[in-house]
Amino acid sequence: MPTYEHSGWHILLVAFLVCLVCGVVVSATAVALRPMQQENRLRFRQVNILQAADLYRPGMEMQAAFERIERRFVELETGKQVAMPPEYDPWRAVRDPELSRPLEEDPAHIRRVPRVAEVWLIQDEAGRLQRVVLPVRGLGAWSIMSGFIALEPDLNTIAGIRFYDHGETPGLGGEIEKPRWQRNWVGKKLFDESGAVAIEVVKGGAARDDPAFVHRVDAISGASITSRGVHNLVRFWVGEAGYGPCLARLREEYRNSAR
Amino acid sequence: MVEHYLSLVIRAVFVENMALAFFLGMCTFLAISRRVDTALKLGIAVMAVLTVTVPLNNLILHNLLDEGALAWTGIAQLQMLDLRFLGLLTYIGVIAALTQILEMILDRYVPTLYNALGIFLPLITVNCAILGASLFMVERHYDLAESVAFGFGAGAGWALAIALLAGVREKLKYSDVPDGLQGLGITFIIVGLMSLGFMSFAGVQL
Amino acid sequence: MAMEKAGEVLFRPIFDNNPIALQILGICSALAVTIKLSTTLTIIAAVLFVLASANFMISIIRNLIPSSIRMIVQITIIASLVIVVDQVLQAYTYEISRDLSIFVGLIITNCIIMGRAEAYAMHNPPLLATMDGLGNALGYGLVLLFVGVFRELFGAGTLLGITILPPVSDGGWYYTNGMMMLPPGAFFLIGGFIWLLRAWKTAQVEEPLFRLAPNSRPEAD
Repeated sequence: MPTYEHSGWHILLVAFLVCLVCGVVVSATAVALRPMQQENRLRFRQVNILQAADLYRPGMEMQAAFERIERRFVELETGKQVAMPPEYDPWRAVRDPELSRPLEEDPAHIRRVPRVAEVWLIQDEAGRLQRVVLPVRGLGAWSIMSGFIALEPDLNTIAGIRFYDHGETPGLGGEIEKPRWQRNWVGKKLFDESGAVAIEVVKGGAARDDPAFVHRVDAISGASITSRGVHNLVRFWVGEAGYGPCLARLREEYRNSAR
Repeated sequence: MVEHYLSLVIRAVFVENMALAFFLGMCTFLAISRRVDTALKLGIAVMAVLTVTVPLNNLILHNLLDEGALAWTGIAQLQMLDLRFLGLLTYIGVIAALTQILEMILDRYVPTLYNALGIFLPLITVNCAILGASLFMVERHYDLAESVAFGFGAGAGWALAIALLAGVREKLKYSDVPDGLQGLGITFIIVGLMSLGFMSFAGVQL
Repeated sequence: MAMEKAGEVLFRPIFDNNPIALQILGICSALAVTIKLSTTLTIIAAVLFVLASANFMISIIRNLIPSSIRMIVQITIIASLVIVVDQVLQAYTYEISRDLSIFVGLIITNCIIMGRAEAYAMHNPPLLATMDGLGNALGYGLVLLFVGVFRELFGAGTLLGITILPPVSDGGWYYTNGMMMLPPGAFFLIGGFIWLLRAWKTAQVEEPLFRLAPNSRPEAD
């Protein structure tokens, strides 16, 4: 039992030594493990992109798969491709007033969008465009939901959707992370014949013989707010304020190259 | 503009109540909720500490610990440093220091309040809600103004929850609770019911 | 004070002096991380490591720590251990550490650790202190395990991700109990655990604050 008082010097010495030892141990651990952690973060994102595009198979060679994937930076407003340093992170850029802009109309409640976003273009073995993967996010019932939406080469049909980060209610809104619900999106079309955004998330979806069937995804029962959130964020990001201009340019680019 | 901050406060008080939705600060929450007046005093102390520590930790994060945050020193080598792994140590240190300072200020300038709060002030340092709020601030990338709003809201929410619980427990003083549930057991069940009630606020947006 | 036996120190906090059920400590994380068994087990392992190591280290230097700075020294040691655990989890079990979000960091404020450091490690030799740390962590782990198993099994029909009760939404017969996945479910479960424990160990039952006195007058005929 500590029964005797220590001198001032002793107190300072103990304080200094404790700080030194703890600091060294903590820093050494952090520095030693950093490469592994960065590798993990990168792999996590890669797996999610492939899963959204429905191209992920457990145990697949990530390196090889990612050789056929091009990460492209696009200026959202014009859809033009721009060059950015590899560390550029659009979601971090949202915090910087110079790299982002506030939204007048904000159905997804994200308040700001980055000026430059990133998209992922996946090619098959023959070098043809196989998938375009777009990062999306928006407000749900409890949290900002982050995910990827993957499109077929016609840039209209959905190949898959995946949410990798959310704080929705498990069992209700949390179903957005389950393949069972994500499968509802496969084959649906984003735009109608006139090119307007037609994709919707509605209760009950639509009957198979209903012409609107390809544009309607069934909402999650018991999670109307989360479903509305998904509806808003998908429509926002494929629309004019999101990747719309970028998709238009990509269509041009691939139509020209196909001739 | 104002709606954004107001919305943050409302969300922190009702929708994402620190005690009833995230279970933070439970130890003192359950132990100090027998009487409404003591509960209120603790709640106010927590609110004061939160409103100061969350913005303070935000400043430290953005100016000292973040990637490239040390650019203001002008020293090139420091610019590449990413000290976020020291975050936990720093935040708890700030909280401990601030609580100590608050205690000293109250003792000197508002002795009646200091005596009324008594043991609760030092207890605040290990209240998970205080550290939890700072960690949420980091995770959600709030800026300084948002940190103030969030700190205030989180504290107010916690204070509200503990005052409500104390009110209910006072009413239960004369009830015939089964032996095994007496005291701690029935308190958990009450908090569970309160938590269920607060879930009705989900999706509230301004 | 007579030297306690290491075995006694180790086993007492599991049922007789359970940190959550009797000492009302360490409850915060017990509720939030127990939605899935995988995160529950990870937190239990983390707390076991931090509690035992912190008790051990603090006990070793207990006579050197000046009384005036002892709390901050304890917090510094505990915080450093938690940072190490956090870094290791981010490196080796990335998915789980994402699920755990801020709750690994909150182990620092876990009242059990500070409580045992101050109450036991500061006054006892290293071996006993480590045993005390392990014992309390096991007692804590017991409650968490109880809650975690119930919540995942009845809330999602799975345990560690393996389907045990096939949910209706997957074509099975089990209607998942949504309440188990929500905060209130955890509160009710712990209330239930305490009730069971105190039915077994009646010494822990709390005295009610008031008892109704018997009537002073006989009933009217």
